[in-house]
Amino acid sequence: MQAFTRHEGLVAPLDRANVDTDAIIPKQFLKSIQRTGFGPYLFDEWRYLDRGEPGMDCSRRPLNPDFVLNQPRYRGASILLARENFGCGSSREHAPWALADYGFRALIAPSFADIFYNNCFKNGLLPIVLPAATVDRLFREVYAQEGYRLSIDLQAQTVTTPEGEVLTFDVDPERKHRLLHGLDDIGLTLQHVEAIRAYEQRRRQEAPWLFA
Amino acid sequence: MSGRTLYDKLWDAHVVHVEPDGTALLYIDRHLVHEVTSPQAFEGLRLAGRRVWRPDSVLAVPDHNVPTRDRASGIADPVSRLQVATLDENCRTFGLTEFGMDDRRQGIVHVIGPEQGFTQPGMTIVCGDSHTSTHGAFAALAFGIGTSEVEHVLATQCLWQKKSKRMLIRVEGVLAPGVTAKDLALAIIGRIGTAGGTGHAVEFAGSSIRALSMEGRMTLCNMAIEAGARVGLVGVDDKTIAYLRGRPYAPEGEQWEQAVAYWRQFVSDPDAVFDRVVEIDAATIAPQVTWGTSPEMVVPVTGRVPDPAEAPDEVRRRDWARALEYMGLEPHTPITDVRVDKVFIGSCTNARIEDLRAAAAVARGRRVAPNVKLAMVVPGSGLVRAQAEAEGLDRVFKEAGFEWRDPGCSMCLAMNADRLEPGERCASTSNRNFEGRQGAGGRTHLVSPAMAAAAAVFGRFVDVRQLEGVS
Repeated sequence: MQAFTRHEGLVAPLDRANVDTDAIIPKQFLKSIQRTGFGPYLFDEWRYLDRGEPGMDCSRRPLNPDFVLNQPRYRGASILLARENFGCGSSREHAPWALADYGFRALIAPSFADIFYNNCFKNGLLPIVLPAATVDRLFREVYAQEGYRLSIDLQAQTVTTPEGEVLTFDVDPERKHRLLHGLDDIGLTLQHVEAIRAYEQRRRQEAPWLFA
Repeated sequence: MSGRTLYDKLWDAHVVHVEPDGTALLYIDRHLVHEVTSPQAFEGLRLAGRRVWRPDSVLAVPDHNVPTRDRASGIADPVSRLQVATLDENCRTFGLTEFGMDDRRQGIVHVIGPEQGFTQPGMTIVCGDSHTSTHGAFAALAFGIGTSEVEHVLATQCLWQKKSKRMLIRVEGVLAPGVTAKDLALAIIGRIGTAGGTGHAVEFAGSSIRALSMEGRMTLCNMAIEAGARVGLVGVDDKTIAYLRGRPYAPEGEQWEQAVAYWRQFVSDPDAVFDRVVEIDAATIAPQVTWGTSPEMVVPVTGRVPDPAEAPDEVRRRDWARALEYMGLEPHTPITDVRVDKVFIGSCTNARIEDLRAAAAVARGRRVAPNVKLAMVVPGSGLVRAQAEAEGLDRVFKEAGFEWRDPGCSMCLAMNADRLEPGERCASTSNRNFEGRQGAGGRTHLVSPAMAAAAAVFGRFVDVRQLEGVS
């Protein structure tokens, strides 16, 4: 997994609440058996005017000029500013795959849906929760100032605005540690093989029908 | 010390190891697998040269991509066909049990788990699918995971988890005739919002929950995720145990007695403390209909499409306005004036035998309205389909002009050929009314099976409480 330590980048504002993972990556693209290549289909139904199908050459498709990521000032954005409950709905990990493949490294919102939040950490994508009033203010600043960039430091748990204001955020120590170092969860778990086997032995005695 | 909640008991029974910040390595008893969220996980195993830790803990089934008619001729879409074939091949390679597309036990993963008795109280159950919360109806700690975690469970039989907060939703009183678990689920989501349960494991309790059938409890737990909660739970009682007796994967003989004794502990202690408690009066709930593009955008069938001007804040005002534009609805329109183009009865929320009986009770002796282009019934599994046919429900539906299909996820998410065309309006018994969920540009109204059948025969939403034959 790609580690996340510091990141400085352009911010794009996605100004709606309850953005679901169906919107982030529509179902027809979930038929892929690959883990990569979802970036061109990120927010497909909002981003393009035609109906997207897997395998299309997206560079030839008509863009929806009203969609925020299609506006020239947000080209190259790597930090997505969003509203509450971002990533709700389906558990599809294709959503963080698509966001990361598009080029996003961090997401900022007042809240994220649980499964999506968890999936982000498995893919080097940092979801940052800030208070709703702070996020509201960031939206105003992004709109007011073209080329608005934020600087994120995971070790320090800070987001720094162009004016130098430092906002702090919470993250679980264990998730932070793994993301900072890009650690592979399975590798870590396999260091506990003996504990797993011991648990299985106890469980087999307590509930043998589970091992029938 | 106060007592433990059901969630605490399930959690405590599965902890293998705990990190200093409380992150725990939890043992996973059962892993359900489908074709959409597993191929990259198997590929990961293959690349790392890893095996499946416990093949007997896995049950796999293709459900999202499968066609619901002409199944004998296979899957027409080559991309879907490859995904299903990939699951078949992965199950062969790694030695896993799969109910293939032509198996009569095939069906929606969350329907077949309980139906087979693979789902049992006291278990941890995961699946790369958010509606895994369904299995919590059996007092199992069941939740949806991403593909990285699917790979992790396949490789290690464990998952790293942070404990959630505990929420109790207590529902007291009697649901009116014609008001179902689906209406209760939607009313709860309307009340607490789609993020209301975020960070929480929700337990449903109270006299109304005890009165629900296991099917009804599954419908309710299924939609816990639509309230933001990964986990929905109902404590064990006699109904739980009666449902499981004799199922293919349920224990037998002496082990059955031992298992039942073990299962009985999976209820919250009377003095258990929850982080949040929500009280609901069942008697106040009417049949529900969603009007927007989030399950929290819901009103009673007696209500009207709301006015964005009356939204509680600016963000919602814009979301409501956008939703109304997408849905092609005007504020203040009575819900019973909204006409539908298609009707979908199915999904892991509402495709069990009880759901089909409720829909058939409305369809019996009536006809699908001329303005409804398609009304389809998609049973949750091959066994549900067979049971419905044994009861003659298929004839009721067909005589009323409904299509009677083969089992699968179908138009809940339109990964197969069943979908809405842009602008089409659908009364659907599924769980998500997101933009494009049932097909790009499609407009979804979530309702109960009886309400969906009634919308089919009247061509618009009607209050099923006013119909004969609904009890």
